[in-house]
Amino acid sequence: MIRIENLTFAYDNRIPVLHDLSLAVQEGEAVGLIGANGAGKSTLLKLLAGIGGDYQGKAQVCGMELCKKNLTAIRAKLGYVFQDSESQLFLSTVYEDVAFGPRNYGYTGEEADRRVMDALKKVHLEGLKDRQIYRMSGGEKKLASIATILSMKPDVMLLDEPSVALDPGNRRNLIHILNEIRETKIIASHDLDMIWDTCSRTVLLCGGRIVKDGSTEEILRDRKLLEDHGLELPLSLTGRG
Amino acid sequence: MSKLKKAIQDIHLSDVSQKGQRGRGRGEAGSGAEISLHPLAYLLVTFFYLLLVVSFSKYDLSGLLSMVLYLLILGIGREIRLREALRHTWPVLLLVSMVGIANPFVEREICWQWGEVGISYGIISMLTLMLKGIFCVMASYLLVMGTGMEGICLGLRSLHLPKELVAVVFLIYRYLIVLLKEAERMVLAYKLRAPGQKGIHFKVWGSFLGLLLLRSMDRAQTVYESMLLRGYQGEIRGREFRGSKGRSVAYVCLWAVALFFLRVVPVFELVGALLP
Ligand SMILES: Nc1ncnc2c1ncn2[C@@H]1O[C@H](COP(=O)(O)OP(=O)(O)OP(=O)(O)O)[C@@H](O)[C@H]1O
Ligand SMILES: [Mg+2]
Repeated sequence: MIRIENLTFAYDNRIPVLHDLSLAVQEGEAVGLIGANGAGKSTLLKLLAGIGGDYQGKAQVCGMELCKKNLTAIRAKLGYVFQDSESQLFLSTVYEDVAFGPRNYGYTGEEADRRVMDALKKVHLEGLKDRQIYRMSGGEKKLASIATILSMKPDVMLLDEPSVALDPGNRRNLIHILNEIRETKIIASHDLDMIWDTCSRTVLLCGGRIVKDGSTEEILRDRKLLEDHGLELPLSLTGRG
Repeated sequence: MSKLKKAIQDIHLSDVSQKGQRGRGRGEAGSGAEISLHPLAYLLVTFFYLLLVVSFSKYDLSGLLSMVLYLLILGIGREIRLREALRHTWPVLLLVSMVGIANPFVEREICWQWGEVGISYGIISMLTLMLKGIFCVMASYLLVMGTGMEGICLGLRSLHLPKELVAVVFLIYRYLIVLLKEAERMVLAYKLRAPGQKGIHFKVWGSFLGLLLLRSMDRAQTVYESMLLRGYQGEIRGREFRGSKGRSVAYVCLWAVALFFLRVVPVFELVGALLP
């Protein structure tokens, strides 16, 4: 589903942020992307969504080469949740925003309405559908951002810190939603407990390099590995949680 | 800070009244009777009104006055308070009122004499120009408040205007919101670290503005990316119209007749003549 080979990327200042990454994600796989602040998680996800910029190396998403001429086709199969929901939401009300994607892909009337309401119900926001976005709390905005992606039913979901700003109940619900979705997912997060609950495979990034790529079980239990790269054992594994 | 918050709220206010057009959430804003009409109906009536207002000659003050009735009826129908309206539009109103300000000095010929007081053609034409400006601004304001920006875009699109143009209108409007939000955030961050200081010190105005521009452009870029990621291809496919077509047509026709009547019949002059 996603295949990158020797991918290197630098922002305008020419200092490489991602070094020589190689990674292959199969269809239906759920991959956790972890690493300290500035490790390059968001950058990698953005590149895969085609909004990062030019890179060196090879990248394929949904069987298509990741390049300008394929972007439209790739984006049609892709859902991306921004780290910061202010960037994700831009219409006036929740309903309008969640409907934006389906409408662009040609769904109208009843079908668009059903997709929107399904997505809103999943994140328990159906009661807020006419709420104006600027009047919502941070967590509600996050849920709305997730709903904007759910309503498009993408083949690949890229989620950047989806659990940030959610209360324990909504976080549980998010984990439940993510586990129900059978599509390919890459989840970047510092919430290692959520990664533990949702991803079978984990990739540990540090300084723009893949340090370890393996089963979540193996990586998240490795206290030394995590601590060496600025992370800690998930709470549920420390015996505290 | 509170002014910025207010501005953000005001901008969003114009989005509130759109709900009825989706056929749900009716009665949350605006008056029930008008709300199920196609935004194009409002747009056409407003255009027609602007056209008529502009068409008055510059000395036809009494005729022009009757055009205020449209604004009154609409304003009352949509429960828009005059004070709110003035608060939102006063800078523009002030500006358009300046247009004819030199006329009294140019045209000094007296056209009316009441005892000692003479009113020159210049004063009449100044007032007419002022009123024209004010009426146009108010009519546009009522349009935005009535249909919301997204409604206007839908209306413009059904006029078969180029979709790129409509998208630009919409994006500018969105950029305004982004800009205001960034400004609010920056001012807040500044104030929290400069307690007891009134406003922002003029020394940092330059860097503040520069940063604001950069940040808002950055943010606008991500918003645009978010649109692209959800299938945006140069056309805003907003809300669909699910109201009644017949009623929209009727609305346009009725107003067209009424406005034409107001254009040719100087209502206030007539009423004045009928009074003993
Ligand atoms: N627009 C940008 N221009 C230049 N450098 C950037 C830009 N965005 C991020 N960087 C740099 O790229 C590196 C990786 O950033 P990235 O946002 O991918 O990290 P991250 O792993 O998502 O971190 P976090 O956990 O804090 O979200 C950081 O060192 C950051 O300073
Ligand atoms: Mg990040």
